Amino acid sequence: MDQAIILEKSIFIFTIFAITMLAAMYSTWAERKVAAWLQDRIGPNRAGPLGLLQPLADGMKLFSKEEFLPNTPNKFLFVAGPAISMSVALMTSAVIPWGDKLIIGGRTVILQATDINIGVLYVFGVLSVGVYGIMIGGWASNNKFSLMSAMRAASQMISYEVAMGMSLIALLMMSGDLSLKTISEQQAEWHWNVLYQPLGFIIFLVCSFAETNRTPFDLAECEAELIGGYHTEYSSMRMGFYLFAEYASMFISSTILAVLYFGAYNYPGMAWAVEHWGVNAANGIGIAVLFIKICAFIFFFMWVRWTIPRFRYDQLMRLGWQGLIPLAIANIFITGVIILWHDGKLF
Amino acid sequence: MSVQTMSLSGRKKEVSNKKMTFWESLYLVAIVKGLFITIGHLFTRKVTVKYPEEVRTRAGIWRGQHMLKRDEQGRENCTACGLCALSCPAEAITMTAAERKPDEKHLYREEKYASVYEINMLRCIFCGLCEEACPKDAIYLTESKVLVPASYDREDFIFGKDKLVMPLEMAMANAKNRQN
Repeated sequence: MDQAIILEKSIFIFTIFAITMLAAMYSTWAERKVAAWLQDRIGPNRAGPLGLLQPLADGMKLFSKEEFLPNTPNKFLFVAGPAISMSVALMTSAVIPWGDKLIIGGRTVILQATDINIGVLYVFGVLSVGVYGIMIGGWASNNKFSLMSAMRAASQMISYEVAMGMSLIALLMMSGDLSLKTISEQQAEWHWNVLYQPLGFIIFLVCSFAETNRTPFDLAECEAELIGGYHTEYSSMRMGFYLFAEYASMFISSTILAVLYFGAYNYPGMAWAVEHWGVNAANGIGIAVLFIKICAFIFFFMWVRWTIPRFRYDQLMRLGWQGLIPLAIANIFITGVIILWHDGKLF
Repeated sequence: MSVQTMSLSGRKKEVSNKKMTFWESLYLVAIVKGLFITIGHLFTRKVTVKYPEEVRTRAGIWRGQHMLKRDEQGRENCTACGLCALSCPAEAITMTAAERKPDEKHLYREEKYASVYEINMLRCIFCGLCEEACPKDAIYLTESKVLVPASYDREDFIFGKDKLVMPLEMAMANAKNRQN
């Protein structure tokens, strides 16, 4: 029994790892394609059909480039920076429920690496470590532009984590549970959280743009002012890891958005499908539905990137502290009042 | 109408420095508007020309690589009079004249022909004055519709008769088309 569960979880974790890597790889391709389409171009189409081998070509190029090490006293930290970014981006996927359950050979396989009862806190904890990858990299580069960029990234992430956490408190007040599995189960059929928490969703969405360092919040790699930002001194695959981590965390952010607000693997008629088509078929569709939602969010991330320019630093701070945090607090208040009214405890 | 308020194009917009309201300062409405503009571009026709596979149609008066023409019987038109070299403002053309042997009547139309005809494509400015000067309809820039290809060596840009003279098959095909 124990061995079986270890094997089962190992296979599952490896699959999730592979899928995250693949998704991150093809996000780079998708980013270039979407960018091209939105600018009336075609995009990469030389490497393989539709340019599908482009990520491999990019990877090969990065691997074969010279690995440059700047004259820095912190060689260990310099190498640790991209490693932290990458591992943080991959760690979050551990608590995400990718589906409800499958029945394989009489065994019930829960489609989640681990169902810890503080799943949401875990996600937040890991995400906030992500800033260390950028900060350490920027600090160890021994370059003032990198350092400035790292400071920007750090202050931006810390500011937006406040609003992000507050927008989530309203959601947790409704769900009453921190486990991502329970939150997904509560959103069965059409009871998606976005319908109950539209304002909270918008705040959370904006904050996830900031957390993943995506446009319009990509001040950390503002080419015009800071050369390449925190990865100015990086080259070869270390640089590749930073870029890759950005796309991996974009994938994970999209997943969290889909799980928390867009009903995870739930779709209307899932209970009917379980009854008529069996557990496996219904959950197979559920997994596909989750991935469609994730892809839609990734597309949205890219769509926004090619729509709006980046914020100025003061605009960024004003939006975070004077715009989103008051809105999040108002959202908590409104949610509290409505919950009390619904339970008949008001008046 | 004062100088401050006049608009020559009729599209002048007054910029106001009024303070943004709270909702405006969240930028949400403006961003949604922008998103609709960009998504529209997702469905427009793409302007890219996939160059080696697709070649953009050239204008009728487009001047490309020179071509020394043949007549309907496949004979070279050029009589090595040198007017093209004389008219060339860039001095890119040089040639050596030779007398036609009796057994070469099927190769050259006139009694005199160019045994060597060279154009330095690095000097040429593609003005087309050689085409205008030619009394024998021999040199054309408008017919070939090809670009002078890139190369690594300067010597490769001196084009001799091997690259300039119209291919025989093309001359025969042209003659056939004219008869039909």
